Amino acid sequence: MLNKNIYLILIISLVFAISFWIGFNVNLLPAEASINAPIYDELFKILFIIGLIIFIGMTIAVIYSLFKFRKRNDQIGDGIALEGNLSLEIVWTIIPSIIVLLIGLYSYNIYDRMGGMKELNHNHEMMSSNTEKIWAGISQTSDNEIAINNLSIEVSAMQFAFLFNYPKGNFISGELHVPVDQKVSMKMESKDVIHAFWVPEFRIKQDIIPGQPTILNFTPTKVGKYPIICAELCGPYHGGMRASIIVEEESDYNEWFNKNKKPEVNL
Amino acid sequence: MTISIDPQKTNNESLQPKGWLRYFSFSLDHKVIGIQYLVCGFLFYLIGGTLASAIRIELASPMSDFMPRDVYNQVLTLHGTIMIFLWIVPVVNGAFGNYLIPFYVGARDMAFPRLNAVAFWLIPPSGLMLVASYFVEGAAQAGWTAYPPLSITTPQSGQIIWILSVLLLGGSSIFGGINFIATIIKLRRPGLKLMQLPMYCWAMLGTSLLVVLSTPVLAGTLILLSFDIIANTGFFNPVLGGNVVVYQHLFWFYSHPAVYIMVLPAFGLVSEILPVHARKPLFGYTTMVFSIMGIVVLGLVVWAHHMFTSGTPPWMRLFFTIATAFIAVPTGIKFFNWVATLWGGKISINSAMLFSCGFIINFVFGGITGVALAQVPFDIHVHDTYFVVAHFHYIVYGGTVFIIFSSIYHWFPKVTGKMLNEKLGILHFIITFIGFNLCFAPQHWLGLNGMPRRVAEYDPQFQFVNQISSLGALLMAISTIPFLINVFLSVRNGKEAGDNPWDALTPEWLTSSPPPVENWEGEAPLVEEPYGYGEEISERK
Repeated sequence: MLNKNIYLILIISLVFAISFWIGFNVNLLPAEASINAPIYDELFKILFIIGLIIFIGMTIAVIYSLFKFRKRNDQIGDGIALEGNLSLEIVWTIIPSIIVLLIGLYSYNIYDRMGGMKELNHNHEMMSSNTEKIWAGISQTSDNEIAINNLSIEVSAMQFAFLFNYPKGNFISGELHVPVDQKVSMKMESKDVIHAFWVPEFRIKQDIIPGQPTILNFTPTKVGKYPIICAELCGPYHGGMRASIIVEEESDYNEWFNKNKKPEVNL
Repeated sequence: MTISIDPQKTNNESLQPKGWLRYFSFSLDHKVIGIQYLVCGFLFYLIGGTLASAIRIELASPMSDFMPRDVYNQVLTLHGTIMIFLWIVPVVNGAFGNYLIPFYVGARDMAFPRLNAVAFWLIPPSGLMLVASYFVEGAAQAGWTAYPPLSITTPQSGQIIWILSVLLLGGSSIFGGINFIATIIKLRRPGLKLMQLPMYCWAMLGTSLLVVLSTPVLAGTLILLSFDIIANTGFFNPVLGGNVVVYQHLFWFYSHPAVYIMVLPAFGLVSEILPVHARKPLFGYTTMVFSIMGIVVLGLVVWAHHMFTSGTPPWMRLFFTIATAFIAVPTGIKFFNWVATLWGGKISINSAMLFSCGFIINFVFGGITGVALAQVPFDIHVHDTYFVVAHFHYIVYGGTVFIIFSSIYHWFPKVTGKMLNEKLGILHFIITFIGFNLCFAPQHWLGLNGMPRRVAEYDPQFQFVNQISSLGALLMAISTIPFLINVFLSVRNGKEAGDNPWDALTPEWLTSSPPPVENWEGEAPLVEEPYGYGEEISERK
């Protein structure tokens, strides 16, 4: 009996060791290019490790049972008449409940750090009414930060393109240029069907809905060019509905901005 | 041991055709209807599988080059709709439910035999109508979710035919659900207590409750959508002041429980198969019953986890995260109980057992990605990507379809009186298991790294992994060949099975194979211990 327990402990620790090793050494995710990305990857790693432990453990249990308890040719009769074991069943009700609850609390914490639980707020100069109903999105803007620094962009999506309106410069671009390490606040609306704004390297996604503006705030942290992908089926050319986001140093961004800026027309 | 019951008044048997012709008739025999469901479902599975192959051929190269883009969207819409509404739901509910439930409750037929036949005969015409809509103006192309405004702006005839056939199929499903509830509650033979029923009855009771509660919501929603399309109303059309997010709430109020409508019966079936081939009682009968009912209750309050990136306020996202993640608890109990059922048994390694164990492994994997997807911050990145595609195929193919095959290997001797060939069966399992995992496991990586779902074209960097996936799909297509050969050969020349080749204890095995028209020559046996396997009982025999 003691021997059996030692084997069990050995196997369980081996499963844990393998899961942790894979969890820390196998990277399944693309580059991290926004404040959200490392937070997301932290959650991913935890879920990946817990998932691996459960999956490897269950798979070993099934394959071991098939091998160990298989009916040999000379055997007749049944297995043991075991109809249940209440304490065991309570254990595998309570432990998963605790794990699920902890994961839930942890992901709440992650979501909060991503800004998901903040009051949705769009600090937009062009927006005249404060009471406009904003439907959804991720907001990283905390109250004291709202004031000055946000770069506000209006996104409109249509079959099959994104257009980015820079109200401060009074121009529209097909490419999204943003300065690195600066909060960007986007108000998005669709002209026709539902689209979605997804930047895999930023780990953010938000549907763009006709008739209901949505908000998406993010802070890029790495200079580079990343794809903007429409993630909601929007018609025949859905797969081709792409744009690029170009994250650049502030000086480069300003140069680009000033080149495109149109003078305000005073009527 | 047995108590006599009045045979239910069924129908005028002399009017019913005999032999193979009865499978093409308006038969009222629950066993005939069960087989009608199964064969009809399998034919649609072949159509849906052909469409899936077309999708994987298109995705073997990054460019959209195999078929026109709008046809591709029609193909993926039909693939999803056919596989859900014409293959999985009718087979795990209609086919096995009709065949087994009357046996399990000790009845001679379902509660409403005519309603039962109507429910089945709604399926072939609506399925054919759906497939035929391709030849009118193109089939529906807004995905099986038919989100407006896309479903309002795409060619109308295809979308309207899609709505009509889903309404008919939903009606069929509701008729079936009412019938199962009535049969399980009211037709139990005297002396048979609820807590003595085989687990599949509990699974079907839970499933039927979900069907009856949630399918009408889908029907209402689709009728409103059809008004928007043909009568220019503005329920969901934003141009006319409609709200597209409301549609999503109503749609998922049905379509999330639909997942449980597809997997709960499979949970029931595997609970019948494992004890027989492991020669052990089902572990933890009572907790199994409670976890089914727990899944039913929780399954009704998790729908908005499909909408974490749509217009949902933060508190709602949080509530649905917790509710969804908690479904893992009753589901987990069931999986631990199944493994405990295997533990210490005398397991026959045959096709039915292998497919059931494949189901456990695949479904655990799909369940784990499911718990991850329930977490809002996790879901935001992978929503509407190939990660989700991989996840739900692990649930409905790796889970339910594996159990459908397992069940066919298990009950084929009962239905035909012939055994299926085990060598071909094991070959079928090996190709299916490898092909399935090769096809869908790599798709998790695709989704995480930036490939959205429902696209005909993608970044060239994803080509290699997509080709692995397509290779897996090819293996899955090939895997049906040994299965079909096996079925055709065994029906004609299979080994005689005898009445009870597995030495099983559930009531359907206590009659001849194939069973007579009213199930038993004499009285229905009273089976108080459907899982009474184990050493003591076998000694008593």
